[in-house]
Amino acid sequence: MTAPTKPRVAVFKMASCDGCQLQILDAEDALLELAGAIEIVHFAEASSDLRPGPYDITLVEGSISTPEQEAQIREIREASKVLITIGACATAGGIQALRNATGRLEEFVRTVYPTPAYVRSLEDSRPVADYVPVDLELTGCPIDRGELLRAIASLLAGARPRVSTSPVCVECKRRGTVCVVVARGEPCLGPVTRTGCGAICPRFGRGCYGCFGPAQAPGNAEALGRRFIELGLRPKEAADRFRFITGWAPAFREAAARLEEVER
Amino acid sequence: MSATDLRERAAQPEGRPMRIAVIQRIVPETPESSTYWMTWRGNDGEGYAFEAGQFNMLYLFGVGEVAISISSNPMHPHHLGHTVRHVGRVTNAFRNLRPGDEVGVRGPFGKPWPLHEAEGGDLVIVAGGVGVCPVRPAVESAMRRRDRYRRLILLLGARTPDLLPYKDQLDEWVALMERLGVELHLTVDEPVGTWLYDVGVVTTLFPKARIEPARTTAFMCGPEVMMRFAGRGLLELGVPPERIYLSMERHMECGIGLCGHCQLGPYFVCTDGPVFRYDEIAPLMEVGEL
Amino acid sequence: MWYLERDGLGRLIGLLAERGYRVIGPTVRDGAVVLDEVTGLADLPAGVREVQGPGRYRLERTDDGRLFDWAHGPDAGKRFLFPPRERLTEIRRGREGMRAEPAPEEDDRPLALLGLRSCDLHAIAVQDRVFLELDERYRRRRERAVLIGVNCAVPGSTCFCVSMGTGPRCTAGFDLALTELAEGFALEVGSRLGAELRDALGVRAATDGERAEVEAIARAAAERMGRSLDVADMPGLLYRNREHPRWGDVGARCLACANCTMVCPTCFCHDVVDDVSLSGETATRTREWASCFSAEYSWAAGAVVRESHAARYLQWLTHKFASWIDQFGVSGCVGCGRCITWCPVGIDVTEEIAAIRASDGAVEVRTA
Repeated sequence: MTAPTKPRVAVFKMASCDGCQLQILDAEDALLELAGAIEIVHFAEASSDLRPGPYDITLVEGSISTPEQEAQIREIREASKVLITIGACATAGGIQALRNATGRLEEFVRTVYPTPAYVRSLEDSRPVADYVPVDLELTGCPIDRGELLRAIASLLAGARPRVSTSPVCVECKRRGTVCVVVARGEPCLGPVTRTGCGAICPRFGRGCYGCFGPAQAPGNAEALGRRFIELGLRPKEAADRFRFITGWAPAFREAAARLEEVER
Repeated sequence: MSATDLRERAAQPEGRPMRIAVIQRIVPETPESSTYWMTWRGNDGEGYAFEAGQFNMLYLFGVGEVAISISSNPMHPHHLGHTVRHVGRVTNAFRNLRPGDEVGVRGPFGKPWPLHEAEGGDLVIVAGGVGVCPVRPAVESAMRRRDRYRRLILLLGARTPDLLPYKDQLDEWVALMERLGVELHLTVDEPVGTWLYDVGVVTTLFPKARIEPARTTAFMCGPEVMMRFAGRGLLELGVPPERIYLSMERHMECGIGLCGHCQLGPYFVCTDGPVFRYDEIAPLMEVGEL
Repeated sequence: MWYLERDGLGRLIGLLAERGYRVIGPTVRDGAVVLDEVTGLADLPAGVREVQGPGRYRLERTDDGRLFDWAHGPDAGKRFLFPPRERLTEIRRGREGMRAEPAPEEDDRPLALLGLRSCDLHAIAVQDRVFLELDERYRRRRERAVLIGVNCAVPGSTCFCVSMGTGPRCTAGFDLALTELAEGFALEVGSRLGAELRDALGVRAATDGERAEVEAIARAAAERMGRSLDVADMPGLLYRNREHPRWGDVGARCLACANCTMVCPTCFCHDVVDDVSLSGETATRTREWASCFSAEYSWAAGAVVRESHAARYLQWLTHKFASWIDQFGVSGCVGCGRCITWCPVGIDVTEEIAAIRASDGAVEVRTA
């Protein structure tokens, strides 16, 4: 056997809030073990020592929202053996994708920014996978640190990480969390949202708002939305539950559109 | 329909610590599969024996377990061959293995090919693509006891020559089979390069093989769609359904009828199968997504 | 039959804890009666009523202080005898290669399960047929466990144990069984261990009046079943209707969220998932509750076998009510109705089966 060299890992950011990157920096105990297992060679959030590729594993946070990012992500893909996108922005376009398909980008820019002339944006905020092939998507807003560390450990062990596509409900039930839809009439996106978060929101008595994005195909988000209407939401309100952090993910986008039809 | 007897299930190996095997040799078979030849570490193979058609659960450190049928000769349980198709998370990680690496083994599990059923008559083995792997031990067992069968007919097919495993041994096999009077017919759907054998789906070999239905016991293994057609073909020839056997594939995690994943109608494929009698399973194969 | 004063139940909990048991009993948490570790009478759900319906569960308070006038929350004995997540194996890789060893129990105290309903006791008997002979960890927990049943006085509106022949009266499978009377409890003994506990508690024989009260409570409960199900010709009905249009219909309503399978006290399917340390020195294999409603459940050779929700619902229902009988000689359903109550969209198994029975033999017309 040859002496193993530590895999070179890079972390990049596109349009995002840095929250997912912070999950890595907050890894505390695991950081030391992580540092022993990999070499982080590019991570602007953590160090100004930014080394060029090629990279064995690249983590990308953030959506593609500007022409520069579009160019940059292609370069990153070229330089990366394994490309992992992390977070709701990188995997579904993020909260900033609320602008998509509204045709009102210019108006939003004028409202938000004092000097709109400096802002160059793409019409849509879209997930990285819309531009380049992605090897693994870790969803969540923010991502789950444990899921990221397990994914890296799995890659180091030579296997594609196992990322469950089952819904949040599975985790609620395993943990013994009482269902907030059934016991409280709370509109909860858990039944159609991918697990991975540890069912945090229901554990604190509130409904899941879908930040981990749609669960397994084919899914049936629309039927859940209809249940929300039975629980007292107006169709538009039910639709809006799906138009949030991961609202641009096709399963949620389509469900929201159909629920809005009910309003009309 | 036989209910799974509890005692019988309990007699399956379980709970025993996994044995460790060491990779000796890796032979690429098709663009998507390789055969991993291994021997036991130390005396881990003590008491290990298997029958043709059974499978092992193979564990890769930190990656997971996967059910793989045993492709080697049951006469040599200390020299195991598993042909692995790299389609999933664990099977893809097999690509990283090198000679000297260790693999955890639990097993053997499942019902074997009922070779004794064919004794005194003709044994017809029909296999497609990687379906050749689970029948290989049956072929080897039958050839070893050639005198117990009247005719031994082997019908092997694949989409392209590329996708036929054990090509490196093909010449050797052809010679051996000729000597033993085994009737071997090979076919591919799409011939590529120099292909000296037949062209067409595996059922097109039936007339050529001049199968004598009244004397025949048939084993089938391959993609479900191939087995559906081959099964119907054999029935049309007049082979009784209770003398046709086939090997099924489902997701398995335990090997002992406990995890539930491999259910197919009332059956646990891991303990009631993977080898089933055609009349037990055929109606279930007609139902989509079962 | 014996009579145990109300305080005697508190003494029983204390006695079991003293003997080293991990005492699990009903308690109110997050708006439901759940099963959890209890230390005394005060932890039990006093003055609580349930309102259950398809996709709906609410607790109501009364001031009568009664402890067991509810049917059951989402939990059953399964959560403890077959835990939702359990480390099975630890594997180390060092100089001498791989070494696999069974993982130690997280809590090795024997279990005392208090407050199980007749359906729950039957469910344990059903899971015994699955696990007892094949799974050492289950067997060890099961053989050391004390099971204390409580007869139902107030069944839920989604209950149908009478149809399944599994209740409401506890008739087997318990060490002790209680019936809550006006003051104390009627106590029945089902095993030697139960008799020993009874003797340690100090009880008196039940009076004829108390015996009659127990029978009356059981009769009244049986008459108050929320639902019923015709189980005639059960494996056959579902086996011959695999192409029935109702599967597509329920598939369109089903979220494939897995809640029915998770609350089902007999569902035993599980995954074994692998973890490995970043250093690559240690790995673990952990068993987790899994569901036939998950896409990943039927993933084989690069494809999902059961892609549609309809196919997954067919698998679950047919397994539960039909193929279970072939596999284990008993129905997989104990009529507890948890799958109806805890389905977020209120799908009702009794209604689905009745619909299939009503048009037995109908075949879905599929357009190519």
